[in-house]
This record gives sequence, structure tokens and C-alpha cells, in this order.
Amino acid sequence: MLVMPASDRQVLARRAEIAGALRQLVAPSHVIDSPVALKPYESDGLTAYKQVPMLVVLPQTVAEVSAILAYAHAEGIKVVPRGAGTSLSGGALPLEDGILLGMAKFNRILETDFENRCCVVQPGVTNLAITKAVETRGFYYAPDPSSQIACTIGGNVAENSGGVHCLKYGLTTNNILGLEMVLITGEVIRLGGKHMDSEAYDLLALMTGSEGLLGVITEVTVRIIPKPETARALLIGFPSSTAAGQCVADIISQGIIPGGMEMMDKPAIHAAEAFVKVGYPLEAEALLIVELDGPQAEVDQLIARVEKIARANHAQSLRISNTEAERLAFWAGRKAAFPAVGRISPDYMCMDGTIPRKKLPEVLEGMAALSRKHRLGVANVFHAGDGNLHPLILFDANTEGELQRAEEFGADILRLCVKVGGVLTGEHGVGVEKRDLMGEMFSETDLGQQLRIKCAFDTQNLLNPGKVFPVLHRCAEMGKMIVHGGNLAHPDLPRF
Amino acid sequence: MKPKSLAELAEGVAGARAPFALQGAGSKRGLGRPVVAELLDLSAFNAVIAYEPEELILECGAAARLKDVQGLLNKQGQMLAFEPPDFSALFSSKHAGTLGGALMCNLAGPRRLKAGAARDHVLGATGVNGTGEIIKAGARVVKNVTGYDVPRLLAGSHGTLMALTSVIFKVMPRPETENTLLVPCGNEASAVALMAKALGSSCEVSAAAYVPGQGVALRLEGIDVSVAYRRAKLATLLEAESQVLEAKASASLWQAVRDVTALPCQPSDCIWRISVAPQHAPQVIAALRQQFAFTFIIDWGGGLIWLAHNENQDHAAAIRAAASPGHATLFRASEATRATAQVFQPLPPALAALTQRVKQAFDQKGQFNPGRMYPEL
Repeated sequence: MLVMPASDRQVLARRAEIAGALRQLVAPSHVIDSPVALKPYESDGLTAYKQVPMLVVLPQTVAEVSAILAYAHAEGIKVVPRGAGTSLSGGALPLEDGILLGMAKFNRILETDFENRCCVVQPGVTNLAITKAVETRGFYYAPDPSSQIACTIGGNVAENSGGVHCLKYGLTTNNILGLEMVLITGEVIRLGGKHMDSEAYDLLALMTGSEGLLGVITEVTVRIIPKPETARALLIGFPSSTAAGQCVADIISQGIIPGGMEMMDKPAIHAAEAFVKVGYPLEAEALLIVELDGPQAEVDQLIARVEKIARANHAQSLRISNTEAERLAFWAGRKAAFPAVGRISPDYMCMDGTIPRKKLPEVLEGMAALSRKHRLGVANVFHAGDGNLHPLILFDANTEGELQRAEEFGADILRLCVKVGGVLTGEHGVGVEKRDLMGEMFSETDLGQQLRIKCAFDTQNLLNPGKVFPVLHRCAEMGKMIVHGGNLAHPDLPRF
Repeated sequence: MKPKSLAELAEGVAGARAPFALQGAGSKRGLGRPVVAELLDLSAFNAVIAYEPEELILECGAAARLKDVQGLLNKQGQMLAFEPPDFSALFSSKHAGTLGGALMCNLAGPRRLKAGAARDHVLGATGVNGTGEIIKAGARVVKNVTGYDVPRLLAGSHGTLMALTSVIFKVMPRPETENTLLVPCGNEASAVALMAKALGSSCEVSAAAYVPGQGVALRLEGIDVSVAYRRAKLATLLEAESQVLEAKASASLWQAVRDVTALPCQPSDCIWRISVAPQHAPQVIAALRQQFAFTFIIDWGGGLIWLAHNENQDHAAAIRAAASPGHATLFRASEATRATAQVFQPLPPALAALTQRVKQAFDQKGQFNPGRMYPEL
């Protein structure tokens, strides 16, 4: 079971007083303390974990964020920042004795600057809203996490979100130019801007993917780029994942970087086809969607090259989109893979490891063995270009013991990813979900170094504690720490 | 100290009583404030550890020579997409430097616009922190959000956080060909406007620079058929006379822009690297022109100005005032000047304090390159 930092009884006892103090800092109606109104905030996209926060506060200005954080800092109260709450790793899971800082009211696009090819936006603006704001002039914001209609840019920065196009267009970290953030002390810091290089240390890079542990983002400057002239896709069925994997390797070896390259295994193909009925090849062991984007002349030629590579790798079936409707149909099944799996199983758990691509057959084989060991099914979707694997573990939470078995299965899959040279998370973040597995990937010294970075920003460990790191000593005490597989060396010591 | 292994380096740093000046190949000793400390020579860490073209991964010793690495990648039709410059002419050094050095200085060439800088391509780094602990960050995969992004934080840290022994980079396929459209242009304002028009189109311009006297250069890269198609489309869009440079001429023009040899200057001149919002560049030039004489070139569609002025002048305040809210680095100057000048952009107090705390998180005792970036750092 998940162990969160012990609640501070003294803070909990002061709940009414703290709510009163916050109402001095923001409009009184922007502080939520009634149990009914707090309930919707009890979890994020990782619904297996729930905790009603002590209080929710919804600031509207940078000055308010600064005042709230300075107050929390002075009073020693924990703060959990939250965007749209779509995290799949529990990054915004509240704390019983913590203030949940909701950034939803920061929902304005401040500036669209086509000449400098950037947008200045508040953190609560959704990912898709940025593209919507600039597409009339032929621009878009490239990173496109699957939750883009709901997830916010502030959350994207905190998690360094990816999407299906990141092999060619990069992650969030490659697509932002500037940030304004507030430290737990209330200090407001600006990093970067519309210019391209950072002034000194690349704190912009450090903030990106820091999961709300280092600062609260209050403004983001993102790069926007011209939309490619056209895009076409291939839908290719293979007799084995090895053949599909070799096809991916050959495409890249021949110098082609597709806009998107997605793989699905047989269970995922079947679930998706049953749901959206777009003609996925049911006999295939592995399905590859390869999308080429760019100028028409280039796309047409690359489509032909990819077709040749696929046939050389024993493709069983191959379709090429000739219209936009066809291209979207190829994607429909992949984009509906999660809900499709949701239809064939009462519950599923989505994992997120990255592996060196060539290890795919080995990992899929290992996963099949783990599936037998844990007696649970698994369907796989895979960002094939960048090695980011999303196994979907099928289980029924109403069956005694299945949730626990699913969690153990998931942990085993991630251990397997690390063992073959991969990592625990490619795009969903560590959050609370993979926190206790950090010791599998990092040595004590590596974790100690990361914790000292945390201390440089937040010496009292008040900002989003309990996330990312298995255990956190007081910054002043930080020397060696013992972490292995989440087993704490001294479980009786206070943790916070 | 010249360690031969990671363990030896860790032991040496842990037991050291005095700080070190870190060095890979020493090609950029002229960059940054002078460091007076014992030399920590990391040149032994120069092996290629793993190169997997189909995985787009290169892992090598931090002191692997850029020239060697590029030769290796070239054979497989790949490249470091951030186009690391060769500043050997600028700094009168013997060679282009190392891959670790490129990361430490966060180098980027003209493709910065499209492909980013060293920080956008680094995936992992191993080395020793200031207390002599061995730190391993990142992994041999192109997508990873496990823990803080330490490899990217090291980009541009100029050896003040860690002594690197190995690095992992993402590599990319080399474009099959390139062409450049050279458009005559008489002033920086119309040049930047022209570049914005080109970069805002779907022609996928991979580099855009203005070299006074030559005009605006716009590079197109990719497969033949695509380059030809976009070249025609771009020429129509710009509604201006232009000259086409084929692959070889194009490459040599961009090499001169990348390595700043296109900037007319005396060997003793001070050279500034000014980073601004692209549309801000003409104002910076115009404001400074009223104050002193200089030469310049503009890269990154306006985002980067290289400026040279006479060595016996101090224009730091004027340059930084004009560049704000962008920033400026005194990229080349005499050792005496660099010892007293603010070489890197002065930081506002809260950011300076945070930067100092981050430094201490890695190097509490100030063992690595003390004063290289800021006197107190």
C-alpha cells in the first residue's frame, strides 16, 4: 500500500484558521473547505489512489500564488499544485494535511506572437487550446499528449509530457522557451523568454519534468511551428513483433524520421478493432502505423520507401492512406486503444516504461511470462519510434486480490524495462505510482544528488512531498540514504 | 590531476584540498572568466562506448573529440543535429573540442531554430560531483522522465557542477542534401522580416541568417525532391531576387556562420554573443549603432547576434541594456578583460541566489571551476 508522508496533527487542528488566513489572501469563494466541494479533488488521472485534501485554494494572480506559498512556507504547511488533474502517475494526489493549489483560473492565452513564433500562456490553458489559438495562421504547438483536450500546459511542463509525435518534434522540454514560476518562499522567478538560450544554468530544463516539487509555474512561453503541408500514414500488419520491430529499426537506419510511429500487439489490435471497426488486420501479431508529414513531394516519396522496407520485413498486410479520412481512420483504433481495452476488461492499469527498441521482442516475451505468473492479461501499445511502451494490465478490482496482483505485475514490468537498459517512465512521470521503484534505477548517491536539488528549491520539503522520491530526510540531515525497492531502512523515523 | 578511470577521478576529487580547473581538450579556455586552480585533465575519457545507429544513440567519453565523433556518425549517414560549432578559429585553439565540452557550453549551430541546442539532444551523463560522488543520470533511451532532468541541467554549466566522464546523445539522420537561397538585403530590419516570413511558412527552413554584405541566407535540407520543391515554393513566397547555393557552397556558407568566421573582425576584438527574441534584433543593432562602432552577423532568424568591437572599449552596459529582456555573453576577450568583466549575463537577485543553491547541491565546497561563470559561483 502507498505510504504518504505522515500527517501533521498540529496543521490539521488549525484547518479552520488556515482557511481563514487564505481567505485574506484570495477572494473568499476561491478557498474550498466543505467536504462535498473538496471531494472532486481527491484524485487525479490515477484513480487507484484517493485522498481528500485539507483545503483547496484557487488563486487568480501571480501575486496571490506568491502570497499563498509564502504563507504556507512561514507556517510549515504542505502544498500540492494541480493543473487539470489528468496525471497518470498520481502527481497531483492531495495530502490530508496539505493545501491543494488549483491553477485552473490561470486560463488565459496572454499573447500569440507569430513573428517570433511563440505564445505566452497561463499554465491552466489546455494543450489543445494553444494549437486552436494559432492554427488559423498555419501554426501549431507540437507536443500532443493523448489527454490534450483536457491537460494543461502547466501540467505538461511539470511532467515533460510527450505524445505520438515526439520522436520528430520533441518533448515539452524541447518546445518551451520561457517560464515564470513561484518558489515555496513566494519569490517569483523568470527563466528564459522569447529568446532561445538560457542565461546561466538551464533551470528551464530542470523545471520541466520536476513534477511540481520545485516551484509553481505561473506562465509559460511555448514555441509554435508551422503546420506540415500534408500528412499520410501506412497501416502495416506483421506476423511477429520481431518483424515489426525490425521494420522500425530499418526505417530509422535509412534516415527516415516519421512524424509518428506506433505499434500495437494482438490483444490491443483486437480490442481496438472491436471498438472502432476501421478494418485493422485481425490476423496480425503486430500492427504498425507509420505517419509521414511534410511537403507533399517528400511525403509521397517517403511513403514509397517505407512501403518497400515493410515488404522486405514480411508485412502481411499494408494500406496507405490516400485521403485525410483514411489517415484518421488508421489512427482511430490506436487513439481509442485505452477505452477499447476498458471495454474488454472491468479495470486496466496503464504502465509507461521506455526500453531500447531492439529489446522489444525480449521484453514482450518477458511480459508474456509475467502475465502467466500473475495470471492477468496484458495488451501493449508502443510509441515504437522512441521505445516508449504502454502495457495495459487487465484486471477486475472487484475480485479479491486482483488489484494487488496487477500492481505487482506492473512493478515487475518496470523492473524488466530497467533490466534491459530502459527506464521506469517515458512520459507519465514518477508521481506516487513509481516512486517506490526509484531505487531499482538509481543508486543511493544518484537519489541523494536529486534530493539535494530539491533542497536547493525547497528546504522544508513542503512542495508536493511524497511524490517522485521514496523517502525524504530533512535537507539539513542529508547524507547517505538507504533506499532499495522502496524498503525503508528505518520505518519508525518520521518522514515528511 | 589526470585521472584514468571514474574511480580514480572520484577518489581524487573526494580527497582534494583545493579546487580544480576542469579541462577536456582545452579548446575553449578562452571562454568564461579565468579560473586559477589546479588543472583537472579529463582528456583520458575519450572512448566511444556505444554507437547504435538504429537506436539513434551515441554514448562516449566526455572528452571524445567532436571531429572523431562526427566522422564516426558521418559513416552511418547520421549527425549531431544541433550542429556544434568549431570555435578553434575564434579562440585560436588547435581543435574543435569535445562532446562533453559542447554540452558544458550548450553549443548550437544554425539548426538551433529547428533542432535545438546540445541541451535538446543530451540523454545521459556520468561523472563526479564536487564531493567526489559518482553520479549517473539519464539512460540510453530517447524518452525518459524518471527523476529530475540532470543531464539537461548540466548543459551550459561550464564545468561548475560536475566533472563529466561520459555522455549519451541522441543522434539523427543526416539530410541527404541541402540548398541555400541567398537573398540580397541591405539592412537588418528587412532581413529579419524576410527571415520571419520564410520561417513562418511550411517550407521547413532549417537555418536563417543575415550576413551584412551577402544578404539573407535560408537553408533547406532533406531529400532531393523535397528540397527542390521547397526551393521553388520559397522563392515564390519571398517575391525577391535570389541566388541558389547548391550543396557544397551551401555547406561552406553555413560553416562560416556556425563557426562565426563569417563575422569580420580583428583577432584582438571583443566578441559578444547576444540572445534575443528574433524580432528584437534590428532594435538592438540600431540602438548600439548610435553608441559605438562594431561588426555583426545575425543567425537563428534574428535570435542570435554575433557582435565584434575593438578590444580597448567597454560596452557591456550598453549591450546588455539593448538586449534586455534577452541576454549577452562576452564570448571572447583578453584574459585580463575576462578577469574583471561580467562575462555572463548578471542575474536578478532571487535567480542568482537560486543558481548558487543549485551549485551547492552539486559542489558544496566549490571544487569545480570556481569563478568561471560568476565570481561567487
